[in-house]
Amino acid sequence: MTNQHGSRIVNVGVLALQGDFAEHAASLRRAGAQPLEVRTLEQLQHVDGLIIPGGESTTIARLLIAYDLREPLIELGRRGLPLWGTCAGAILLAEEIISLDRPALHLMPMTVERNAFGRQIDSFEAHLEPGPFGGGAIPAVFIRAPRIRSVGDGVDVLLRLGAEHDHEPVAVQHQSILATTFHPELTADTRIHRHFIEMCQQRADNPRPSEAHATLGRLG
Amino acid sequence: MVVETATQTVKAGLAQMLKGGVIMDVVTPEHARIAAEAGACSVMALERVPSDIRATGGVARMSDPSLIRGIIDTVSIPVMAKVRIGHFVEASILEALGVDYIDESEVLTPADEAFHINKHQFAVPFVCGCRDLGEALRRIAEGAAMIRTKGEAGTGNIVEAVRHMRAVQGAIARLQQMGDEELVSYARDLGAPVELVRETREIGRLPVVNFAAGGVATPADAALMMRLGADGVFVGSGIFKSEDPARMADAIVRAVTHYQDDDVLADVSTNLPQAMSGIELSDIPEPERLAKRGW
Repeated sequence: MTNQHGSRIVNVGVLALQGDFAEHAASLRRAGAQPLEVRTLEQLQHVDGLIIPGGESTTIARLLIAYDLREPLIELGRRGLPLWGTCAGAILLAEEIISLDRPALHLMPMTVERNAFGRQIDSFEAHLEPGPFGGGAIPAVFIRAPRIRSVGDGVDVLLRLGAEHDHEPVAVQHQSILATTFHPELTADTRIHRHFIEMCQQRADNPRPSEAHATLGRLG
Repeated sequence: MVVETATQTVKAGLAQMLKGGVIMDVVTPEHARIAAEAGACSVMALERVPSDIRATGGVARMSDPSLIRGIIDTVSIPVMAKVRIGHFVEASILEALGVDYIDESEVLTPADEAFHINKHQFAVPFVCGCRDLGEALRRIAEGAAMIRTKGEAGTGNIVEAVRHMRAVQGAIARLQQMGDEELVSYARDLGAPVELVRETREIGRLPVVNFAAGGVATPADAALMMRLGADGVFVGSGIFKSEDPARMADAIVRAVTHYQDDDVLADVSTNLPQAMSGIELSDIPEPERLAKRGW
């Protein structure tokens, strides 16, 4: 299937082990992509990119291990499969995680701290300067959110909080991996979803056959 | 930049993060540790699980703050705790303790027979029980940011939770067939605000997250509730009253993620530890039924 630009319509996977995966799927549909819920290794092989949603990071980390998804996902991430983690997903993608008691994916050179704004009563909404996304302010919902404490070389900071939070980063990208500590899927704004769909589109339009083949062979 | 806390988006949002997950009743920090290890997305901190409340009788109240603090200090996942229906001072105390969600619960002895808590006044979000769509929407009108079925807590018997979930889903299905002229009179019959009834019709589901609760004892019970439309599951007595809580917790977590996958359900149901023994509903005299509390 192709869209009006002649590109293949991309299959954007949403990891559906626990959390707000249905909200991400709805945002993807609004942004013109085909969402695919991913719970198994088999489903993982059919996606052009994967969103790791908000949820409870300890629960998702456990289920990744329980269903043998963790190692293949790390391998796919290293080979350039676009990945986007929101909140719990961002935690699982970080190389260094403060206060998580189990192994995660550890793919992005950054340090995050779980629940670092406080408890639920400290959860908040803010409007972010849109930076590279353009247009008006981006509505951002932070729920028991992690904080990005530091980022490594080559990590682009896309969005930041305001002065009252020392302009700390809340959306970062390193090559094909995107992380946001807030929840774009809880708002009507699809700019960040469209950005991720473009990342998936680029990957789908420029397949690296040897890599794709090697990956599938490994997963199969 | 304007930063806002305690908005409806933020309150309902935490419940959205719990979807597809299992919230487990725990009575000690050690239970909480076992629950978190097994993949619970949240724990409910209380002094006695519902089956013990049922057995002991007497007035059941909010738990001692030292117990709740101990559990908050032990696990990094969200911690919920229960207050009596209408007891807004217990709710203020739990908010001060930093509890992440308050359950205004029929499992405790009601403090007010006429009024539920005005939940809009609190920064902490609330979850409330319901038996049907009208009750769910009344609680949402009072500020509840999450709903659960009442079921019949502490029985290990799923029949009431099924009844309540089917009542909610059936009413929403009927609502979606209605025109505007029928809507107002249906809202009157439900005893719910017409604006919330209209919103429910538009989106085809409750406006907030809806979990199953009250009687879940096995992985198959949990998957049944998910297939009936629950967004996730509370397990009260079902885990720590079973023979092997860690295994039962793990099995129910897996069953909720893979509720549509019969192979996984068969796998996690095999050689399970003995589930809690359970009570037949007709053996519980009407006045002792917890689901009747609240309106």
